Amino acid sequence: MAETLTATNGEVLTAKDFATDQEIRWCPGCGDYSILKQVHTILPQLGLKQEDIVFISGIGCSSRFPYYTETFGMHSIHGRATAVASGLKAARPELSVWIVTGDGDGLSIGGNHTIHLLRRNFDMNILLFNNEIYGLTKGQYSPTSPENKVAKSTPFGSIDHPFNPIALALGADATFVARSMDRDPAHLQNMLLRSYKHHGSSFLEIYQNCNIFNDMAFESYTEKSTKKDEALFMVQGQPLVFGANNEKGIKLDGFKPVIVNLEEGASKDDLWIHDEHDMVKANIISRFFDHVDVEGHLPRPFGVFYQTTRPTYEDMMSQQIAQVITAKGEGKLDKLLAGSETWVIE
Amino acid sequence: MAEQTTITELEEAVIKFAGDSGDGMQLTGTQFTTNAALFGNDLGTFPDFPAEIRAPIGTVAGVSGFQLHFGSKEIFTPGDICDVLVVMNSAALKSNIRNIKKGGIIIANTSGFDAKNLKLANMTSNAMEDDSLGNYQVIKMDVTRMTREALTDIQLGMKEKDRCKNMFVLGFLYWMFNREMDNTIKFLTDKFGKKPEVLEANLRVLKAGYSYGDTTETFTTRYKVEKAVMPAGTYRSIMGNQATALGLVAASKKSGLPLFLGSYPITPASDILHDLAKYKSFGVKTFQAEDEIAAITSAIGASFGGSLAVTTTSGPGMALKTEALGLATVLEIPLVIINVQRGGPSTGLPTKTEQADLFQAYYGRNGECPIPIVAAQSPSDCFNAVYEACRISVQHMIPVILLTDGYIANGAEPWRFPKESELEEIKIEFAKPMAEGEKFMPYARDEKLSRPWAIPGTKGLEHRIGGLEKQNITGNISYEPENHEFMVKLREEKVERIANYIPEQKIDSGPSKGKLLVLGWGGTYGALKAAVRELNEEGFAVAHAHLRHMRPFPKNLGEVLHNYDKVLIPEINNGQLVKIIRDKYFIDALAYNKIQGLPFFKSELMDKIREILK
Repeated sequence: MAETLTATNGEVLTAKDFATDQEIRWCPGCGDYSILKQVHTILPQLGLKQEDIVFISGIGCSSRFPYYTETFGMHSIHGRATAVASGLKAARPELSVWIVTGDGDGLSIGGNHTIHLLRRNFDMNILLFNNEIYGLTKGQYSPTSPENKVAKSTPFGSIDHPFNPIALALGADATFVARSMDRDPAHLQNMLLRSYKHHGSSFLEIYQNCNIFNDMAFESYTEKSTKKDEALFMVQGQPLVFGANNEKGIKLDGFKPVIVNLEEGASKDDLWIHDEHDMVKANIISRFFDHVDVEGHLPRPFGVFYQTTRPTYEDMMSQQIAQVITAKGEGKLDKLLAGSETWVIE
Repeated sequence: MAEQTTITELEEAVIKFAGDSGDGMQLTGTQFTTNAALFGNDLGTFPDFPAEIRAPIGTVAGVSGFQLHFGSKEIFTPGDICDVLVVMNSAALKSNIRNIKKGGIIIANTSGFDAKNLKLANMTSNAMEDDSLGNYQVIKMDVTRMTREALTDIQLGMKEKDRCKNMFVLGFLYWMFNREMDNTIKFLTDKFGKKPEVLEANLRVLKAGYSYGDTTETFTTRYKVEKAVMPAGTYRSIMGNQATALGLVAASKKSGLPLFLGSYPITPASDILHDLAKYKSFGVKTFQAEDEIAAITSAIGASFGGSLAVTTTSGPGMALKTEALGLATVLEIPLVIINVQRGGPSTGLPTKTEQADLFQAYYGRNGECPIPIVAAQSPSDCFNAVYEACRISVQHMIPVILLTDGYIANGAEPWRFPKESELEEIKIEFAKPMAEGEKFMPYARDEKLSRPWAIPGTKGLEHRIGGLEKQNITGNISYEPENHEFMVKLREEKVERIANYIPEQKIDSGPSKGKLLVLGWGGTYGALKAAVRELNEEGFAVAHAHLRHMRPFPKNLGEVLHNYDKVLIPEINNGQLVKIIRDKYFIDALAYNKIQGLPFFKSELMDKIREILK
């Protein structure tokens, strides 16, 4: 995906340039390390000047991210990174703005800002680290924890129904919706690059293992023994296939997705061809969300669910201002202060 | 023309127009106001509208009013009680009867006093027929009938014809106060130029109202209010929220910083958002956020990017912004937070005024979180106050709260507006790019204790800031016990040092030493000034000082307070500034409070002051 390795100012950057002098304070073994590494790996490939990049986070383990990335950054308050970033992007459209948030930060306390950011379609990248748990507050269930989850605040199991972040983003009319995981560096790098290249709000959900409070929550999708059967990697224009030997596929029976076996007579020609520009299909595949314990469940999809183009908020904001200035000329303060009606006292 | 009409000259007059929300009283009031302003009167106005957008017609809840105080002398308030009360229906009379002077004139639309209207207003007896209005001069006129009669040959529906009846009243008042009607004729022509029938109807009814006074011999007295002696210059009429919006644009222009407003609609602050949204030709960016929190945090983002960033709200919204105020304090970035105060707590009295958010501005955050506070004292003063708030914010790298209130936000007065060239530059400088090998220190400080404003896009300044406690100079996260104490004291000292950059406290009227100082802040200015001036004329030795800077206070404030035997602090709250003053200066300041969603009356302040001086 990387088309240029040289920043616009001619400087050649490497991943090392994006490391800071701050000691990283995530728990050893945390999935955040891998995500940080993949981000540092792709940043030099974007052709951006280091000073034109801004990382904004909220509160939570993942939100420490800006301290470890040598760009401009702000570690804001819980749930509000999306809103801080919106203001920054509106004010400075030329900056490359990245949001680092988590399932609690971005979907619980900050859920409101997340959906509004997506519908407005600011051109920025939302990296939602989903570990299905509250880590920083030491182990309460989160809005993405599955039902019956036993956590600190749910000793008898959670009765909360979880959010499906991908379906939520699609529902909010996000223009780019994708999922990846901490333990697949190549896929994650690819998704990060795709997110960056999309002009508009990119919503990237990243499954991230919290080895302290929710270890192996995603093991079915990340471990070698089960990954091929449980994770479905979507590739544009390709049939949906999975399984140890890619022997299984997804076929649409009307609007109902069904699993077929290519080794047992099903034809590849009948399979669902992934089309990330098809909203109807994106909505169906986003709902492949059953827990692995559910009998006959569909595999969990990874990759780009949906992408479309729609004007960005900041572009329209700048255009509107330019149009008014073209039509009326630049504002004159003296005229504005005088208003429409004045009188003179001699 | 009635032969025996006499003209009585008045120094000042207060008129209140009251009717149903749909009766066009706001328009009538603003038209008379413009007329008075163009004529050269000094004036003050205050609209008084219901919280409900469309309350049931004819009910007390649906009464909308507009009060105008104009005169040939200096006017500081919209007036305590009115000389002339216009009531379009029974409900309007019921809700305003206590606001009229004994012997005052009530102009009543009799068709608003039929059985149906009386019932809607819950009035058991018809005031047009009983003797309940014996203490007033009542002018009864069937405005509805006369309006319809004036329009018999006009091709409009009855509803549209009835909509013209406010013009009848306006025309009559123009006659009564001996006024030309040119401004209203021009206004109607501009407004209805594309609807000739409607224009014709309005003009005809306006003139009918004027002629009614002229030709009906029952009215023998007309009034005249001469021009006021005001400082020479060019004036316009201005409302507080308008002035705030203009002040922000001016501060943006004079600082060279692009203006960003993050705001969520809330009464009575929304007009600032509405106005700024119009000013796109000044490059103003307005962002109507999804909630109050996003409104302030988006402004924090814009400030980080180098904008003059502002958020506007009222009390309940301010409560929601609290956590972000703490963030802005720790980030030490500029941000102007405007609270147009209204009656609280909770939803409270959205359309009524109060000064009860001073404590919230002072203390309403977690942790030790001092924020400078500036207060506006009149509609036009909102311009100066917001300009000052912007100056402090960007020059001291600090969030600043501006307090205005519903009373001055919606009130209007003549304003001798400044020229761009007369406005002081707001000098700011962003941090410069760093050379290779140099390390940028985001929390290094200057003599004001303010840190560099280092905006993204500047080479070598990459740095991270956040809400965790900072180490001074480096800006790195620090949990060191001594560092936290140091930083808490430093942020306090940074606020205190602003006192070196603001003017000393002045006495507004009265002696510079003596028995009693009346100390006020915010929107009570006009009432306090009017009361103290009048008492001075009567020979009472009382002084008035009004605070612009609420935090930090001017350096000489303690000295000023100690120059008087007693200090009286009147406030539209349950006593807030008075507690802060007692705490800071150890003086036995007296409180005088009114908590009715209404401004002070001059008369009640004068009574209180006389009582103290007895």
